[in-house]
Amino acid sequence: MTTPMLKVDDIHASYGAVRALHGISLEVNEGEVVALLGINGAGKSTTLKSITGVLRPTSGSVTFLGEDITSRSPEKIVKRGISLVPEGREIFGALTVEENLRLGAFASYHRDRYKADLKEMFELFPILEERFHQPGGLLSGGEQQMLAIARALMAHPKLLMLDEPSLGLSPAITDDVFALITSLRERGLTILLVEQNAERALEVVDKAYLLANGLVEVSGTADDIKKKVDIASVYLGGEDAEGGEVQL
Amino acid sequence: MINLEFVINTLSLGSLYALLAVGLVLVYGILKLVNFAYGEYLMVAGYAIYLSAIVGAPWWATLIIAVAASMLVSFLTEIAAFRPVRTKSMDALLVTSFAVSIFLQNVVLLAVSPRARAVPLPDFFSKTVVIGGAVLPLRNLLIIATTAVVLALLSFLMKKTVLGMAMRAAADKFTTTRLMGVPANFVISAAFLISGFLAGVAGIFWVGRSGSVDPLTGAAPLLIAFIATVMGGMNSPIGAVVGGFVYGLLFNILSITLPASMISYRDAFMFAIVVLFLLFRPEGIIRRGYTEERVG
Ligand SMILES: Nc1ncnc2c1ncn2[C@@H]1O[C@H](COP(=O)(O)OP(=O)(O)O)[C@@H](O)[C@H]1O
Ligand SMILES: [Mg+2]
Repeated sequence: MTTPMLKVDDIHASYGAVRALHGISLEVNEGEVVALLGINGAGKSTTLKSITGVLRPTSGSVTFLGEDITSRSPEKIVKRGISLVPEGREIFGALTVEENLRLGAFASYHRDRYKADLKEMFELFPILEERFHQPGGLLSGGEQQMLAIARALMAHPKLLMLDEPSLGLSPAITDDVFALITSLRERGLTILLVEQNAERALEVVDKAYLLANGLVEVSGTADDIKKKVDIASVYLGGEDAEGGEVQL
Repeated sequence: MINLEFVINTLSLGSLYALLAVGLVLVYGILKLVNFAYGEYLMVAGYAIYLSAIVGAPWWATLIIAVAASMLVSFLTEIAAFRPVRTKSMDALLVTSFAVSIFLQNVVLLAVSPRARAVPLPDFFSKTVVIGGAVLPLRNLLIIATTAVVLALLSFLMKKTVLGMAMRAAADKFTTTRLMGVPANFVISAAFLISGFLAGVAGIFWVGRSGSVDPLTGAAPLLIAFIATVMGGMNSPIGAVVGGFVYGLLFNILSITLPASMISYRDAFMFAIVVLFLLFRPEGIIRRGYTEERVG
């Protein structure tokens, strides 16, 4: 048995008095693409915040590549190789596309490869080359999402985590995002994907965890989940995924 | 009354106020803290000049020591006082900045004296030059030139260096900036060092006007910096610069238009203008940059 690349072990987390996670455990193996599903407020983003060090879990541990990274600072964790594409994209609006990408490379900057990395991003996202000198805030939602992903990739992550990358995007751009995830997967990148659009997510992942109220409710391979959970009856249905009101 | 003298006076006053305001706004941008100890960094520069004169340092060394002292005190107050409470509430930070302000005042009060001390500045500070018939204090021209150089350097730093990018990003989205690998403490320390630098440079000219320093020297420049940033906009150094110059202009206009009997109410007029700004344009003259997302 190989040890998992990322092992989250029984983490609890809260925002002041509000308890958000009640013992989440999950594993991501190298090369895998794993989905974190669940309705709004289930604890998906909180789980990612606990992994990236933005939020300190009150108990439990996070192990990455055999190293305990629980409660390390976000800046240290990204240097270990975990990059996050945050919910809502979090583009630096007053900074140009170029500057956003340069900061993305901050965690693992190497002069010799920087130019080549930029070129690679332009190949993946041609729009970024066009918009290179424009402020990030002037980009459309879809373009900002591409920029957020490119910015995360500039750090050469070993594990890429995406928090609802299709949120608020048109169906055509959502298709682009999923196509991109597929192509990153083919390159062997390990990915942890948070999605509301479970039907789409289950098409591109190896396994998935379904969260509810800060706990893992169901987990298994993508096929398992499709069988165990009646996708049509729950929020998981693709088109109206944004409502998030339907209870499991 | 708009003659060369008025223009130079206004530019020099505006320059000084712009320096003051930018130093305050740099820290505000990142910590969202109005640092009430900021005025004390200027005061420290004044005492550094006073002490340098006692040991007989040459004037150029005196000026370097003054700026270095402001930077050091700014840097150390961040590490010793602001850092431990940074992740606590906003209120804790604000109260801490009051405490630091009072602490620094008391340090010089006890260590030096509660009374004012003379700060000797190099002779050329008090020289005058005659340009086009106008008699101008050389000091005013020096302020303008120094501010131009300092702001140009600052602009270069913020626009062209990775540190500057990181500071602008941190002022916009602090946590996301950390997610890029930029250490929180690093950008904050940098902001305090630069803020201290600006306070030091401004402090030299500030105490140079009165020729003396006392434990409460920092109060007035803090207030000016605060008012200038409220007028110009708290969200960018450019706003602070604009606010500084607008403040200088308004102040000088009031100085020459108010009748002699009312000149003592000049500050009251300035406050009234600030209240108007808060009412009608709370975001200041310069609004925030492109942080709003375009739909699409
Ligand atoms: N900043 C916050 N302050 C207080 N409570 C929060 C905060 N962020 C999230 N929560 C709460 O934590 C729980 C989990 O939220 P989150 O992890 O954002 O859910 P998800 O990403 O699955 O939609 C929710 O009950 C939410 O209300
Ligand atoms: Mg979320």
